[in-house]
Amino acid sequence: MTADIWTALFIAILAAFVGYEVISRVPVLLHTPLMSGSNFIHGIVLVGAIVALGLSTDDIERGIGLVAVIMGAMNVTGGYVVTERILAMFDRSKSKGGSK
Amino acid sequence: MTAWVATAIDAVYVAAVIVFILGLRAMSSPATARRGIVYAGIAMLVAVAATLASPGFSNFALIALGVVVGGGAGYYWARVVKMTAMPQMVAVFNGMGGGAAAAIGAVELLGSLTSGATAYLSAAGAVIGSISISGSMIAFLKLQGWMPQKPIVIPARQVVNFAALAVSLGFGGVAFWTLHAFYLLPFFLFLILYGVLFTLPIGGADMPVVISLFNALTGVAVGLDGFALVNGPLGDAGYAMVIAGVLVGAAGSLLTALMARAMNRSIGNVFFGAYGATEEAAGTIAGSMKPIDVADAAVMMEYASEVIIAPGYGMAVAQAQGKVKELADALEAKGVTVKFAIHPVAGRMPGHMNVLLAEAGVAYDKLFDRDEIDAEFPHADVVLVIGANDVVNPAARRQGSALYGMPILDVDQAKNVLVIKRGQGKGFSGLENELFYKDNTRMVYGDAQAVVAALVSNVKKSAT
Repeated sequence: MTADIWTALFIAILAAFVGYEVISRVPVLLHTPLMSGSNFIHGIVLVGAIVALGLSTDDIERGIGLVAVIMGAMNVTGGYVVTERILAMFDRSKSKGGSK
Repeated sequence: MTAWVATAIDAVYVAAVIVFILGLRAMSSPATARRGIVYAGIAMLVAVAATLASPGFSNFALIALGVVVGGGAGYYWARVVKMTAMPQMVAVFNGMGGGAAAAIGAVELLGSLTSGATAYLSAAGAVIGSISISGSMIAFLKLQGWMPQKPIVIPARQVVNFAALAVSLGFGGVAFWTLHAFYLLPFFLFLILYGVLFTLPIGGADMPVVISLFNALTGVAVGLDGFALVNGPLGDAGYAMVIAGVLVGAAGSLLTALMARAMNRSIGNVFFGAYGATEEAAGTIAGSMKPIDVADAAVMMEYASEVIIAPGYGMAVAQAQGKVKELADALEAKGVTVKFAIHPVAGRMPGHMNVLLAEAGVAYDKLFDRDEIDAEFPHADVVLVIGANDVVNPAARRQGSALYGMPILDVDQAKNVLVIKRGQGKGFSGLENELFYKDNTRMVYGDAQAVVAALVSNVKKSAT
């Protein structure tokens, strides 16, 4: 049983290094979209919320689970749209700048 | 059959995690950033769909309801909100993630208070998630202007904050000791209180750094929930959460440090300094603010050979970026060289100004970083400051000022400085700006959009 948690710990350590490396050389310009983008990625919490609600057996659990799913889903869609909107601007300006 | 499905779902999770990492990597370079979020979005969609296909679930109607309601609300809100409100939207959606992580922790705790390691990990996820949601909501309220942006400082706040956290953890301990789920209620309430207390003393200008911290914390909370889930019936969803959550936790922490460094502040100073709550003794500034007429300001720029525009939060608030672009075009039509000086933390988020000006259609090659343009200020005939304050305050060069050490745009080196400002208020640091009192500075009071529009028409009028 706890063997799984140790496995997860090994994975977590590697993931921490990956996260650090991926961001380490990033222009200031992209700080906001990156924050927003990583905000979207922790929307994976929705998967956990679905599991929690899907396995709930009584009404209190179901109620809290439903709240978790609603919030998780908001995190996913809102996080995506915000990031997309910010980055869409960079794209458009680039095509204009290029034609200049 | 079931084994086949389980394998397929696992494969989807592995693929999703790989795409998340590649997506984040793509997002750290301007050329590939947009591709990055689209790929990550597809991976998320597939991962959620695969989870729904998992065997052994019940409550499908509730799940569908939650996804539709939450997803719809998030999508709608993020679509309709103005570009200037983006910083607080990041705070809201981050808070939602933290809240979801806390709620998952609560469900796990209710179901498995006795299960040792799993319960402790759920509790840890709940602690961090709860702090993240309440703190993010305060950040949202402050940035939205529904709450005073100035630091709200309560007496002996470090002691009070620590007490709130300690009481919460005490109730958590009692819950584990007595195995009574009832004690989880005050456990959560005091955590939420702690998140509120933690965020209240932090001023509006520091909110981006705070939001970035809560973003990292939510990642960690999600990762901890993942730890708690790996022992459950659908453990592989837990591994995906561990990787994605810790990935964000690490990247977010680094991003928080980078943002604080861009303001030349230490992390500790941002979070525990109640920055801006104390004001420097008044009366140290000589001179007075000298207003100038819009028409005179227009003439001044028209006959300049080089104009540098330094925008700040005031431009964002007034939605003046479109007019600013028009002004730049009108001046260029007269043969004036126009450049934009973008301070790394102008506005409420790094890159805020770049985004707005890009939206208005200002070409990338006209936007200059502080490092690139600083040497040019002495050669500029006119610097037009639009709604920027702290980032152009020369007090930052003087030892003893609360701003001391923050890199600023040296606009006061220009031959003339025009400042468009709503009123005589102070910047978010709460400090007076010495720039406004300089001999070569003239103030144009009014809403940035209205003033710039008037400048545009004045510049154009004299063409005919």
